[in-house]
Amino acid sequence: MAGSKMQLELSRVVQGKSRLGVLKGLGRTGRHSLEVPGCLLYTRFGTVPHLTQDTLHTMSSLPSVSQVTLSNIAEHQEVLEEFKDGFRRFAGLHDTVLYCSLHDPAALCPTGYTTNKTVSVWGSGGRIELTVAKFMALQKTVQPDWYQSMADGETWQNNTSRKRVRKSVDRTLAHLDECLLLHQKSQELEGVEVFGVVEGGDILEERLRSARETAKRPVAGFCLDGLQSGSMDQTLRTQLITALTKELPEDKPRLLQGVGRPDEVLACVEAGVDLFESFFPFQVTERGCALCFSFDISPDPERAGRAPPAVLELNEENKAVGETQQNGDRNRDDQTQMTSFEIDLKDKRYQDDFRPLVEGCGCYCCKNHQRAYLHHLLVTNELLAGVLLMIHNTTHYYGFFSVLREALASDKLDLLKRRVLGDGGWQTGRKE
Amino acid sequence: MAASTECGSHTSTLENNMSIKKALSAASPLTLRIVAECPVTKARACDLILPHSAVSTPVFMPVGTQGTLKGITVDQLEGLGCQICLGNTYHLGMRPGPDLIDRANGLHGFMNWKRNLLTDSGGFQMVSLVELSEVTEEGVKFKSPYDGKEILLSPEKSISIQNSLGSDIMMQLDDVVSSTVTGPRVEEAMHRSIRWLDRCIAANKNPDKQNLFAIIQGGLNAELRKACLDEMTQRDVPGFAIGGLSGGEEKDDFWRMVTLSTDHLPRGKPRYLMGVGYAVDLVVCVALGCDMFDCVFPTRTARFGSALVPWGSLQVKHKQYAKDFQPIDPDCQCPTCKRHSRAYLHALFKNDTAAMHHITIHNIAYQLNLMRSVRQSIVEGRFPDFIRAFMKRMFPSRDQYPSWAVDALASVNVTLE
Repeated sequence: MAGSKMQLELSRVVQGKSRLGVLKGLGRTGRHSLEVPGCLLYTRFGTVPHLTQDTLHTMSSLPSVSQVTLSNIAEHQEVLEEFKDGFRRFAGLHDTVLYCSLHDPAALCPTGYTTNKTVSVWGSGGRIELTVAKFMALQKTVQPDWYQSMADGETWQNNTSRKRVRKSVDRTLAHLDECLLLHQKSQELEGVEVFGVVEGGDILEERLRSARETAKRPVAGFCLDGLQSGSMDQTLRTQLITALTKELPEDKPRLLQGVGRPDEVLACVEAGVDLFESFFPFQVTERGCALCFSFDISPDPERAGRAPPAVLELNEENKAVGETQQNGDRNRDDQTQMTSFEIDLKDKRYQDDFRPLVEGCGCYCCKNHQRAYLHHLLVTNELLAGVLLMIHNTTHYYGFFSVLREALASDKLDLLKRRVLGDGGWQTGRKE
Repeated sequence: MAASTECGSHTSTLENNMSIKKALSAASPLTLRIVAECPVTKARACDLILPHSAVSTPVFMPVGTQGTLKGITVDQLEGLGCQICLGNTYHLGMRPGPDLIDRANGLHGFMNWKRNLLTDSGGFQMVSLVELSEVTEEGVKFKSPYDGKEILLSPEKSISIQNSLGSDIMMQLDDVVSSTVTGPRVEEAMHRSIRWLDRCIAANKNPDKQNLFAIIQGGLNAELRKACLDEMTQRDVPGFAIGGLSGGEEKDDFWRMVTLSTDHLPRGKPRYLMGVGYAVDLVVCVALGCDMFDCVFPTRTARFGSALVPWGSLQVKHKQYAKDFQPIDPDCQCPTCKRHSRAYLHALFKNDTAAMHHITIHNIAYQLNLMRSVRQSIVEGRFPDFIRAFMKRMFPSRDQYPSWAVDALASVNVTLE
């Protein structure tokens, strides 16, 4: 892309796959940057769910890039056109880089409406059909700093035929070419970056073809689509990503869509992914749960040979609650299910637990409130529960990414994996 | 516990601070210092010194029924300048229960609110949940909506729960009758409320830390009200509430009962008018001599997208605001108005709960700001002019002024042109 400001500076590549670095040159002025592996700030219509500016800014290190989605924005096209000054201004967002994706990763949408020339998104009023022309008109009113091109990613159902997968690759490439054409002609989009989208379902050859072909186009980076949580086993996902990234240029970022669980993040980073969408803390919040998994890799002689207290407690709690230790993969509809990385604060055991959600967490919720209070808020259906949980879960999640980068820098990825995924040997010992 | 009164006029700031500090450390958990009195109306501006902090009156107290103000953090509430808010004994007594809150260091500890709390006794639920309740001399029998169990809320039980909650101001359990009820039940309830007041006073374990307010009842009957006032003012309580109003009665009756009550309440103790929160009602009732107010209206209406403004209210969810790029109130300094437009909030209501929080913050700011302006005008001796300007802004024309408000204001020497 002529004059692309976005630059990926890698400082390390571990075992030829995991990458550590900084994505620079972001935003209109090119002054923003985002560390990788990292994630985007997930928003719904420019708002981090449940949070106003005051509550949002109780968190100090937020990602410099905010994600908005056309599923939220499309129905407001007319208003934005009248407003003229772009979505960032409209939403009262000041100093953030804006990335616009097609779908909302936290909202499953109905399938079967994609055609050769269109894809559909669902707003509050129902289905909105997008042609490339309409898609690009939207980008012109949103005025993001970067966006993904229009894509057909409906390949994640179990019974997707080979023919359908091939179609999604072909259509997505055609949409990309059309988008780029309109993009180059548009003054409003000067300086705005475009990501191509790699499709291919669970078929290796199609994945490679899509990657190869997309890489030929002048895009600033790549979205990996159709690999969402629930669409396939992590093993297959890792296989596909490892293979397809070999077809992609090393110096352009890879953004994986729809994957956010900590174990999946770790595996995908190892397969060569740089960026993730941070919708997972929101999903945890919506089910009244708090992220608690440990990601502490600090050297502590007293801890050697023993799992840290947070993991100990977490596994104990999950077993008593009867939660399955398996994080269900195959069912995309069931992403509302609780994982082993969180605690269910509606559980009676937290009624008189006066500890913070996570000992040592510096977030506003943990500094000011206790589990018993959160339990009460959830039991009484109070709105504040969502606010406090969103703050904590977001903080915890970004903390995890920060430590992930640290681990890559200091060769401690294996230690981190053991912390996050639970020490296998120790777990066996706890089975009673 | 007697409340102490001080009348200050032109004391220096240093003296003010020192006298506040002295009062805070004094044995009485409540001190009322009258800062200014309106020479025209019955309005006063006071400093109400309570255990957790000083409160400037007239004051509007937002309602956080279940130990939280819906969707707002305590930091945000503090940031808006709120010095006192409400919790509810009936609801908190059910969930999570007094024992748990005791263990959490009272309601202050449980919700982490460092300023003042006022708890209602559970009496109002007798009216609002009337299907589920039965009143006897013993107390109110409630059928719990959560598990069908029967609970008896007696004066002793209510005070016991409020002692555990640790609120700075506690309300007596009163026998509450809807203001639209007439007949012997009203008299029965008034007399019983007096007997229950005495039982509450006797049951209060923390008279040195928690202030128990009496609640004047008597419905819309002047004789009954007067009788209640005569009796209750003989009790040594730090403050009085005017109850049994604000429940759907005619406004013409409402204001007459308010002014009758303030005529017979001691000057040196705070007057709390329960359940009043509409802007016009607040301004008029300050003129009639009330100091404290509470109401769920501003925060409840916010969640439906209704934003309060000096000229009435704005239904943000209505289509007409979809392309309105102004803030809710261009003159408002609240966090919502400083950053967001009506159009953005209109759209956000379709997307995220934060839309409600933005309006809630605005509405609380509106209410607190209104009271602050009222107070300032009393201190500066221009309250009647303030009232006139307020009414002019609120209503499109003179013939739209509510007649009850015109009458009530006339009764305290304010004529609206």
